[in-house]
Amino acid sequence: MKEDKSRRSFLKNMALAAGSAIALSGCDMKALDHFLQKNFRTLSKAEVDEIITSLQLEYKNKYGKDFTVSAKPATDGILFGYALDLSRCIGCRKCVYACVEENNQSRGPQIHWIQVLQMEKEKGIDFADSDVHYNPEKVPEEGHFYLPVQCQQCRNPQCTTVCPVKATWQEPDGIVVVDYNWCIGCRYCMAACPYGARHFNWAEPSVPEDEMNTNVHYLGNRPRMKGVVEKCTFCIQRVREGRYPACVEVCPVGARKFGNLLDPESEIRYILENKRVLVLKQELNTQPKFYYFFGV
Amino acid sequence: MNRTDNHILKCRCGSQRKRMPAELLRSGIVLLIVALVITACHVKEKRYNEQVLPAEIMTSEQAEEFAVEAPPLTEGIFPCSECHSELEPNPTRRELDWHEEVTSIFDHDKENRWCLDCHDLINRDSLRLASGKLLGFDESYKLCGQCHGEKLRDWRVGVHGKRIGQWNGQKHYLLCVHCHNPHAPKFEPMTPEPPPLPQKMSN
Amino acid sequence: MKLTQFPRSILPILSRGNRGYYAWLLFLLLIMVWGAGGYAKQLNHGLVTTNMRDSVSWAFYIGNFTFLVGIAAAAVMLVIPAYIYNWKPIKEIVIFGELLAICAVVMSIGFIVVDIGNPLRFWHMLPGIGTMNFPSSMLSWDFFVLLTYLCINLVVVIHLLHRIFIKKDYNKKLVLTLVFVSIPMAVAIHTVTAFLYNAIPARPFWNSALLAPRFLASAFCSGPAILLILFQLLRKFTRFEIKDEAIWTIAELMVYAMFIYLFFSVAELFKEFYSGTEHLLYWQYLLFGIGDNKELVPYSWASIIMGCIAFVLFLVPKTRKNFTTLNIGAVLIYASVYVEKGIALIIPGFTPDVLGQIYVYTPSMIEIRTAALIFSVGFLVFTFLVKIAIAIIFEDYRVEEPMPEQQQTLEKA
Repeated sequence: MKEDKSRRSFLKNMALAAGSAIALSGCDMKALDHFLQKNFRTLSKAEVDEIITSLQLEYKNKYGKDFTVSAKPATDGILFGYALDLSRCIGCRKCVYACVEENNQSRGPQIHWIQVLQMEKEKGIDFADSDVHYNPEKVPEEGHFYLPVQCQQCRNPQCTTVCPVKATWQEPDGIVVVDYNWCIGCRYCMAACPYGARHFNWAEPSVPEDEMNTNVHYLGNRPRMKGVVEKCTFCIQRVREGRYPACVEVCPVGARKFGNLLDPESEIRYILENKRVLVLKQELNTQPKFYYFFGV
Repeated sequence: MNRTDNHILKCRCGSQRKRMPAELLRSGIVLLIVALVITACHVKEKRYNEQVLPAEIMTSEQAEEFAVEAPPLTEGIFPCSECHSELEPNPTRRELDWHEEVTSIFDHDKENRWCLDCHDLINRDSLRLASGKLLGFDESYKLCGQCHGEKLRDWRVGVHGKRIGQWNGQKHYLLCVHCHNPHAPKFEPMTPEPPPLPQKMSN
Repeated sequence: MKLTQFPRSILPILSRGNRGYYAWLLFLLLIMVWGAGGYAKQLNHGLVTTNMRDSVSWAFYIGNFTFLVGIAAAAVMLVIPAYIYNWKPIKEIVIFGELLAICAVVMSIGFIVVDIGNPLRFWHMLPGIGTMNFPSSMLSWDFFVLLTYLCINLVVVIHLLHRIFIKKDYNKKLVLTLVFVSIPMAVAIHTVTAFLYNAIPARPFWNSALLAPRFLASAFCSGPAILLILFQLLRKFTRFEIKDEAIWTIAELMVYAMFIYLFFSVAELFKEFYSGTEHLLYWQYLLFGIGDNKELVPYSWASIIMGCIAFVLFLVPKTRKNFTTLNIGAVLIYASVYVEKGIALIIPGFTPDVLGQIYVYTPSMIEIRTAALIFSVGFLVFTFLVKIAIAIIFEDYRVEEPMPEQQQTLEKA
């Protein structure tokens, strides 16, 4: 109790100190509220509700649309897993853009949570000789295969270990999320991620108003701000409601599979038990929950 | 005289030594406080992790068997019997000039197979298994599965082909023919979406 | 006089000086204004104004940070030889070493602040108020040890200067204890900074156990190089007395450090090139370039060549004991380590990136301006601190202050 009080008064002092800086930039009390907001994981249920209500109002003012901001927690007995059929993927990049639209990624500067790498069949999986900018008339190209890379949702994530402020963590259902209001933007996680899955808002993100997806999760696809890191969350706003991620739904060749690793009847478990499966950079012991397999 | 001096010196030494642990103790207390504060943070987060929803909320929706969408038939072509009832059935394998749209693209083990390997000679609105069993067009996957048994098995568990809907509830399957043209099943190459913009330096 | 009055009474020192001093201040001020303009743009538009991108997400700023941590570490470690060889002005060496360390730490923290996307959220890192990720994040450790190191050095320097100022003996026990704590802390700050990179398996270029030893060795080359020149200047312009032998001993110790640094680097290179795993790629990019991307090659070879020349100049007794060649060597080794830490350490860690893509990075004008801002602030602080120290130690600076009773009567009146 006492600690709480001194803590609050300290925060107030901090507020006063920061107040001058904020006043200079012409911001209002809202900015102060944002500045003082605590780490998401230390908030009470009531505080979360309050923040979400004010966020919905803020988005309404900013984008002229009604947003549904969810903060639905993980469900017991669920551990999300993903599998991608390398023998099927044709490198059409439909997943890349479905992801951009679903998750309100910045169009300029451009942020893509999924990178599709073109590789030579002759060389196998070889990042050094891969190409992300391939652009032929038609895909797949002769002698090539395609390896889409996004967050591998590691069981042993390096990115959360290195974060100096605990702004990113693994949820009980295995999704690694970022608290955009807590991230200081040091980009240590980007240095630590072996899969290039984390992306930084180098400038204020821009999303056309009519393309804004208003169905958002607090830890996922809600509009981001300049100077914070973001990443794939398996479409947390969809999968926590039981739906498939957007990339799974859009894939024209059905190469993308998703499900609950703890459910022995799930597609994902079938793949792990019956197919030849690999994970990227196994030697780093990150233990991804994103598996690549050969369906044929 | 000397002895007393010595004694005093020793005393000083002793008292000085005693002061050091006191400082150590002080810094130890500071460290302890830091440690406590840090543990307090940890405890708060642990409480957060306990906020997960109970399992039954997600599994209450019963997983449903696959719901198959109507097969994608070319418009105006079905029922086949509309034309074929007036024609004499001819089981001899031959070039068909009537079904140009199929023969021109046909590429499905072309050497060994033709129409009547899958379509029934008499009942034109049905497909036909090798056993002679007749099959509706909405069950065509069984026909495909005659040869592609492994694919059918994978498809049934949702590994081959595409599913949309709920990952733990109602799922929406597609038939083989939704993605593969039965007469030319190999995938057509497609135009890729634009590549990511190159990361550019600001000046 | 109370400690609280100390700052006020030494403030006038800063306004005393010849034309050269004011010209230097003006120069720093101009750079500062130019740099601040750049940083303001970065604050306004975001880090997009730098040339860092997702592929190369850390670069020039973090390189400078690393370099300065090395300077801070080495400056204090020089106390060891001063103590062992019993150089006479040990107190002065401690003071100037720690002053340099203080400025270097301030600048290195400055580089972290300009590098992060949300500098206002810096408080999230504080334990208790924020949620510091201690002990698992190396950045938290680094922040923690840097702050502690800064505090220790500040206490020692302020205490020493204050005591000399009021002509009283300093608290030997306190100073000795703190100096002996600050020496392992100096090793710690640079080791932890090395661990920051070393701990990341995703970046094979850094993921080598030799990284921390190489850091320390290189720091022991660059840090004393500054002090070497500073001591000569002090000797020339003040009452500071240091024998030629002491300076040559510093140079000799630097040779050992350079040799160890060279040896570690060769060991690293041998392992990488002989085993020729995929990890070789980053060294290739640094030393020879990949394909047409040879942007770092001039930097890396410049650093190597400058380092080698400095090594020879310091190694040969004749050139070591000649102050012209010695000073050339000091500048060369300083520049060599600066290029190595600023450019050749961070950027190849990210090029090619983890997915094998090459994004060619060189610092943008905004980055150079922001760095200039930090360096000019650092130099200004260093100038002020050195000026105060010189005035107090060598020029017997004192203020005519009223006696306590007089003060009381004044207040009453």
